[in-house]
Amino acid sequence: MSLRRLIVNKTMAALAVIFTVFSSANAFAQEAAAAATAKPVDMGPIHKTAAFYVLLFLLLCLFIAIVGKALKVYELTRETQGKSEGINWNTVNAVLFALFLIVGLYGVYWEYTVHGSMILPEAASEHGVRIDEMFNLTLIITTIVFILTHIVLFVFAYIYRSSDKRKAYYYPHNNTIEKIWTIVPALVLTLLVLKGFLTWRSIFYKAEDANNRPINIEVTSSQFLWDIRYPGPDAIVGKRNYKLTTAINGLGIDFNDKNSLDDLIADEIVLPVGKPVRFTLASKDVIHSFYMPHFRVQLNTVPGMVSYFEFTPTVTTEEMRTKTNDPKFNYILLCAKICGTNHFNMQKNVRIVSDAEYKEWLAAQTPYLTNDLRKAFNLPIPVEATPAATEEAQAADTTATAAAVKLDVKNQIALKK
Amino acid sequence: MSTISLHDTHHDDHGHGHHHETFLTKYVFSQDHKMIAKQFLITGIIMAVIAMLLSILFRLQLAWPDKTFPLLETFLGKWAEGGRIKPDFFLALVTIHGTIMVFFVLTAGLSGTFSNLLIPLQIGARDMASPFMNMLSYWFFLVACIIMMSSFFIQTGPASGGWTIYPPLSAVPKAMPGSQLGMTLWLISMVIFVASSLIGSLNYVSTILNMRTKGMDLWKMPLTIWALFLTAILGILSFPVLVSGVVLLIFDRSFGTSFYLSDLVFGTEILPNEGGSPILWQHLFWFLGHPEVYIVIMPALGISSEIISVNSRKPIFGYHAMVYSLIGITVLSFIVWGHHMFVTGMNPLLGGVFMITTLIIAVPSAVKTFNYLATLWRGNIRFTPAMLFAIGLVSFFISGGLTGIFLGNASLDINLHDTYFVVAHFHLVMGSAAIFGMLAGVYHWFPKMFGRMMNPKLAYLHFWLTFICAYLVFFPLHFLGLDGVPRRYYAFTEFEFMNKWLTVNVFVTWSAIIAALAQVAFLFNFFYSIFRGKKATQNPWEANTLEWTTPVEHLHGNWPGEIPAVYRWPYDYSKPGADQDFILQTTPFSETMSSNLPHDFEGNEEAERIQKEWEAKNKPVQE
Repeated sequence: MSLRRLIVNKTMAALAVIFTVFSSANAFAQEAAAAATAKPVDMGPIHKTAAFYVLLFLLLCLFIAIVGKALKVYELTRETQGKSEGINWNTVNAVLFALFLIVGLYGVYWEYTVHGSMILPEAASEHGVRIDEMFNLTLIITTIVFILTHIVLFVFAYIYRSSDKRKAYYYPHNNTIEKIWTIVPALVLTLLVLKGFLTWRSIFYKAEDANNRPINIEVTSSQFLWDIRYPGPDAIVGKRNYKLTTAINGLGIDFNDKNSLDDLIADEIVLPVGKPVRFTLASKDVIHSFYMPHFRVQLNTVPGMVSYFEFTPTVTTEEMRTKTNDPKFNYILLCAKICGTNHFNMQKNVRIVSDAEYKEWLAAQTPYLTNDLRKAFNLPIPVEATPAATEEAQAADTTATAAAVKLDVKNQIALKK
Repeated sequence: MSTISLHDTHHDDHGHGHHHETFLTKYVFSQDHKMIAKQFLITGIIMAVIAMLLSILFRLQLAWPDKTFPLLETFLGKWAEGGRIKPDFFLALVTIHGTIMVFFVLTAGLSGTFSNLLIPLQIGARDMASPFMNMLSYWFFLVACIIMMSSFFIQTGPASGGWTIYPPLSAVPKAMPGSQLGMTLWLISMVIFVASSLIGSLNYVSTILNMRTKGMDLWKMPLTIWALFLTAILGILSFPVLVSGVVLLIFDRSFGTSFYLSDLVFGTEILPNEGGSPILWQHLFWFLGHPEVYIVIMPALGISSEIISVNSRKPIFGYHAMVYSLIGITVLSFIVWGHHMFVTGMNPLLGGVFMITTLIIAVPSAVKTFNYLATLWRGNIRFTPAMLFAIGLVSFFISGGLTGIFLGNASLDINLHDTYFVVAHFHLVMGSAAIFGMLAGVYHWFPKMFGRMMNPKLAYLHFWLTFICAYLVFFPLHFLGLDGVPRRYYAFTEFEFMNKWLTVNVFVTWSAIIAALAQVAFLFNFFYSIFRGKKATQNPWEANTLEWTTPVEHLHGNWPGEIPAVYRWPYDYSKPGADQDFILQTTPFSETMSSNLPHDFEGNEEAERIQKEWEAKNKPVQE
């Protein structure tokens, strides 16, 4: 026990060192406080509150220590009186386990009903409904297992608490039982795997339907923004090349690809209800995650790689507002992969509207291609698109924009010829 | 074998006063496995306290995002200017909390402590195969801890890209302040840590394979040894992959290579990297990362198997099934890493395959759980502090394991990935369960480590507060995840739909604070009992395994005379016909004729014949 002796010998020295360090630190702190007189926060009351809580905790420790001593005194007196040991802690702990089971089961019920009612509303997409079915099946199975195993665990703990009268039952193994509880979980899991696999396939392997082609939308993430690009009348989003990124072409859109010429900027995601939509996901800088919880949609956006998620929204924002009884309800796009300082605030509004509303909204969106970009890509600047006219064109109705776009395409074709 | 026996005679001839031990060789640069175990344990406990304090800091931020705590500024300076933790520092807290807990506490602190303590003692060896390497393993670990903590004292702060440090966020210094010097320190620390872990694991495996005492065949080893053995194998096979990944990341960060980087634009600045893939890192990382969670939980399961059996006074139910399920988990854990990557844009076919392998791994886990329950059935349960924590572990293992069935299902993972559901899941199944395993082990083997007992009453208080508060903290978090709240969010104030969870966050934070204060009961009990605890007897829990045959006072070489030979498996508790309810592994069958069972002899005809003769002779007498 030389360590013990050593520590006892050195305790005072160590305490002295600690005391000096703290007092000098205090002195420094006081100097610093004196230097920074401009600071508005008066630390006096704060230190007092902190000290108050520390004292409160020490008082609690003292209380526990007193209770501990009292228990010890009780047990010692029982011992001197020659009676059996004072408190049977085996029984105390066994009873506590039984209580924990009862209170815990109620707690689980409370959680399922109270917090369970605060979770996402039912899925607002076709595949989301299948995910929810899968979820509910898994929830039912796991809840049953959860409750039963916990009842068994704590009831056994209570019933088989130690007793001098009993001896434990020597029961080292039983191959039949072990086979049963290997095979039964395996079968249940096979069921879950099969259903999960089919659901997964139905989400990511979609047969192409020529009559119901999805709307292509590109979403590019960057620290801490989502850039959304809708295709123009050609229904194709043009190519991107990160090497073309400049101050005026933040996404690096390649305007040499004629599909890019009519692409539209959008500052929110608006989708027609009941139509399939195919998101092309990309990232400029770090990995983000394109997460729209209400539609059960999530896929990471990875720089240097393009990924796709196709789904069909089924409930409009208005319908969801009545369903959830929340007039302020909005669908939302958020980032679910840690991406830097403002990870917690990287959002876009999502609206699901009727087909007519969608068309109206789409027509009001402005194209990416500006005159500056035209110059940069050596594209002819349309005649009407003088600075004054641009404003008019933007203010004017869709036909003008559409016409301008058409003209662009014509111009380019002419150029190529 | 010859070298080992030579070594033994050396000890017997010269006695133990022979080497003069200084303070330095006994407590600091010790090569004795028991001292190294204590070093691992105490370092692990210190790191755990640090990680716990970090978690309280970010829980404060989550519960009261609009409040200021001027005291925080006193301690944290510019990282909590005006008494509010900054977003960058919040991410650093989350990152370092995760790193410390997973690697330093639950890998080194758990496996390092108990492998070092129990392997030689439970298999009957004088020390590890290579005591010097063992010492090196600890010192590498300590250096790794110090480097990791030093990142709190640099200008740009610690690494803050999450404990999984996905590039490009971690690879490009301008992506966030934490990706500057802090990340470099993280990577260096991790390389050293893996070196420590590998040295340790190689040592554990060679010790178990080569240095078992006479009669200790593999099927007579306690389940703790099986678990530690398989854990070490997992570590040896998976940690080098992390190192290779980390080295490539260091090259990307410091030498301009493009293993993980391609097509990057920050603002309008186009980076020159081309041809790499961020997904490569995820494959390399999770190839370690998933076995890592089993590296964390398997020692805890082994420890609890032993403790549940000892304190139920019953053999562990299905010993062979327990071993096979550990082997099953070991093998399967190498082919499930892709379930962390279902939504990275990996080929959907792979998602399907990984879903199948992931859900299969639930089968051996279920077998283990049922076997624990069967061990309790008709037992005679002594609620020692260790037993309480072992039962707590079973409860957490069930709760957290079941939510794993949701996350392992690729189609459900789409909506649950990176939400609080994941946080709740792994904090139960690998956080709480593994910590409970570790605490159970500390309470159980404290008498072996320090020759003294811990105060049981304080331990009961510690257990109940921790057990209840852990559930209060993590159970509600599942529902945040089901509401689509992503993890690692600095504040819930920016989204309308998250506001309803603010009160829940306050509740969770208070529970976490109480749980943290409850650890004071443990810390006091632990450090006080080292010096002032009640003196322990040689076998305080009346257990069968070899470590309880060593004297209470430690000596280098563990057993004063010859190493005892082993004759039976370690779980002969409450055997019918025996005088006591436990029979030490060192007791030969010839001394327990009244309790021997036919299958004890494993087909040894001679022994069976002797037993039959004995029974024939003794039966009439009994009647």
